[in-house]
Amino acid sequence: MASTGHTAPGPAGPAADPAVRATGIVKRYGSTLALDGVHLTVRPGEAHALVGRNGAGKSTLVSVLTGMVRPDGGTVAFGGAPAPGWGDTAAWQRKVACVYQKSMTVPELTVAENLYLNRFPGGRAIRWRTLRARARELLAEYGVAVDPADRIKDLGVEQRQFVEIARALSCGARLIVLDEPTARLDAGGIERLFGKLRGLRAQGVAFLFISHHLQEVYELCDTVTVFRDARHVLTAPVAGLPRTELVRAMTGEEPAAARPVRTAGPPAGEPVLRTEGLVLDGRFAPLDLTVRAGEVVGLAGATASGNTAIGETLAGLRTPGGGRITVRGRPVRTGSVPHAIEAGIGYVPEDRHRQGLIPGRSVAENATLTVADQLGPLGTVLPARTREFAHRMITSLDIRTTGPGQPVAGLSGGNQQKVVIARALAREPSVLVAVRPTNGVDVRSKEALLGVVREVADGGSGAVIVSDELDDLRVCDRVLAVFHGRVVAEFGSGWSDHELVAAMEGMAAGGSGPGGPRERYPGRPAGTDGTDSTDGTEGTAP
Amino acid sequence: MTETASPPATEAAAGVPGRARPWPGLARWRDFSLVPVIFVLGVIGFIVSPAFLTRDNLIGVIQQSTELGLLVLGEALILISGRMDLSLESTIGLAPVIALWLVMPAHGARFAGLELFPAWTAIPLCLAVGAAVGATNGFLILRLRVNGFIATLGMLTMLRGLQVGISEGRSIGNVPESFAYLGKADWLGVPAAVWICLALFALGGAALGYLRHGRALYAIGGNPEAAKAAGIRVDRITWIVLAVGGVLAAFAGILYTGHYGAVSASQGNGWIFQVFAAAVIGGISLKGGRGTLFGALTGVLTLQLVINVMTLGGVPPLWTQFLNGLIIIIALVISRFTSGEQQD
Repeated sequence: MASTGHTAPGPAGPAADPAVRATGIVKRYGSTLALDGVHLTVRPGEAHALVGRNGAGKSTLVSVLTGMVRPDGGTVAFGGAPAPGWGDTAAWQRKVACVYQKSMTVPELTVAENLYLNRFPGGRAIRWRTLRARARELLAEYGVAVDPADRIKDLGVEQRQFVEIARALSCGARLIVLDEPTARLDAGGIERLFGKLRGLRAQGVAFLFISHHLQEVYELCDTVTVFRDARHVLTAPVAGLPRTELVRAMTGEEPAAARPVRTAGPPAGEPVLRTEGLVLDGRFAPLDLTVRAGEVVGLAGATASGNTAIGETLAGLRTPGGGRITVRGRPVRTGSVPHAIEAGIGYVPEDRHRQGLIPGRSVAENATLTVADQLGPLGTVLPARTREFAHRMITSLDIRTTGPGQPVAGLSGGNQQKVVIARALAREPSVLVAVRPTNGVDVRSKEALLGVVREVADGGSGAVIVSDELDDLRVCDRVLAVFHGRVVAEFGSGWSDHELVAAMEGMAAGGSGPGGPRERYPGRPAGTDGTDSTDGTEGTAP
Repeated sequence: MTETASPPATEAAAGVPGRARPWPGLARWRDFSLVPVIFVLGVIGFIVSPAFLTRDNLIGVIQQSTELGLLVLGEALILISGRMDLSLESTIGLAPVIALWLVMPAHGARFAGLELFPAWTAIPLCLAVGAAVGATNGFLILRLRVNGFIATLGMLTMLRGLQVGISEGRSIGNVPESFAYLGKADWLGVPAAVWICLALFALGGAALGYLRHGRALYAIGGNPEAAKAAGIRVDRITWIVLAVGGVLAAFAGILYTGHYGAVSASQGNGWIFQVFAAAVIGGISLKGGRGTLFGALTGVLTLQLVINVMTLGGVPPLWTQFLNGLIIIIALVISRFTSGEQQD
């Protein structure tokens, strides 16, 4: 247990006690193993990168290290001393702090108040003058050029992160976890952040750096640890580690023969979906995409790469800044879901709980939401027809349910996702747009769901899979890698895992797209310069 | 947080199928859960007073349920689509007052109107006022995106004030015959209001069950984002529902005015608590997306029967308010545990 842990003598431990040493951490969520006996050691003054694909267990480990989640097994020690008791938040804050993508500051309060929130100097009454003076000293100490009287909401992302780091350091923390700190910064901001981090490291502050951008790992970090499938795979000095080696550790790519070779599909037919100069400021750059009948096209991209926004724009959930969408040659009114559905775009949203399902309603009702106008004359919905329709869907997609009347909340994750897909397919769309269609379902459902997408294409429609899961992208005939809102590489069906991951992580190693490895941010679209700081992660539609 | 944490979390949440429903068949009967309560109240009433089981008394109870029932019908539709409207209780008074103000003669009567329209237009005008109030609520909530609770609370106060201003704080008598007819007529020996109320509930129930847009209310209330992603025009339908709620409240005002022959200055004052209580007891979820109109109707009848039984049982009038509140609380607690759901 973290609370009763003791320092386990590590093999070949460095002279100083490590800033943090975690050993044998196990964490389970239900039947899912989120962390399987992982270990991690960060030395004082070190910048340590933690990388891994989505679901590898990075976030869970961060939660364990910051005392937010109690591990089922293993020990955590800070500077040689066992971790504070579980639930003793103040004690944890003196050891470690995490700067999340989503700000943990109070936007309406001033910088000074945020720095000393709930630990104001002085007695019961707040002495504003002292508070501000102390805040100014603190900020000056770490070289943060921010006025303590400013409100947090008026600061940029970069300054807010500095304030959060300063707050953590003033609590006594000597280990700072940075969770995707550069995701919303522009190149200049990243330079300044890195400069500041280097300065702090000289003072003995250690950083655990979580990033999807391997390029940044190479620029900033000394050591990198790779997680894959809840396990520790590799810890190595960055300097001597070839990039291909790192990507291979992340993907765990077996020899190429392991991948089932797709049978050559029918020759692609006429275009079913075409976009011309489709653009959404701050999310993705002008996109020309053509999906032909019988073709599955993948849009690969990491979190916040903009690929989800492309999917949502195609579905009409977001209004593009410009450009055209046509389905089978007919233009579609953009920014309107009913028009998109009418035009023949079926949509499987990213998060079935948030956008996919109405939990309290029945399977039949959820599956027929998009076809309610076809279930009876004059705007009526006849229960018999609804049931019949649902029965057809249940049979054709093999949904495991007690019947069409069962509330959809009672289904397993995979079957819920099938209901969402049934809803998208109910109108027999010309093109199916599926965002992370196998999100949070088990392996067998995954295969079934991807099989359905394949069948849709084989049946003469087109399909677009927006995902960062390599398994999802394997069914695609073509994969476009999206990085910072721009298609940086295109692959035929013969791609290898590390080529694609490298392209998604911003290292266009094997891609034919623009931007070599040295150009750090190939064509970042205008608007991602950190000015829109309201939402932290991709896919949070307003 | 990155999304790395979400797959295990969603899996954990989805991995317990049917944990809220040990008996799937039971949920279907939840809408009928008040029927035995009504029966028990009937037995208590019979024991308490021989006058209870008389035709006059029962018809009286039902007639008194009609005006409240129409408000509950409107509120139920709004609650199912995930919104709330507190201003309904002011609409029931304001709409008749404005309609009468526009049609009543400018001279002669105690209340001087404008005489802008012929007397027969009083009912359509009244309903139009209700629709306008609902549409204004919709504008505030859906266009300006202000908080629905506070916006309609403000409307409640403002409309009540408008009614007091126009009517100069007095009751309006001598209402035109056409306006009063529905509230006081008897059809087949039963007040017309009862038939109308039942018909509207049946119509509403059929719309919710068998109409595309009616069914969309459950989707909108249950998960507005999913409804939007499925191509339902969420804002437009919500707006229509708010307007329909206003129309129903105005119609309740017509029945009430006809029933008592006058519009009192405090018509509908304080009813909104009863409206919410009846809806929630009847199984309508305040979170939206759940409940039936049949349930709402049984909620209304339950509340009115309780009041009737207390009156017949000789409860001192000074204590009825206390007992009324107490019974609402008890009913809420019971329905909270029988439905197994939190009602916040």
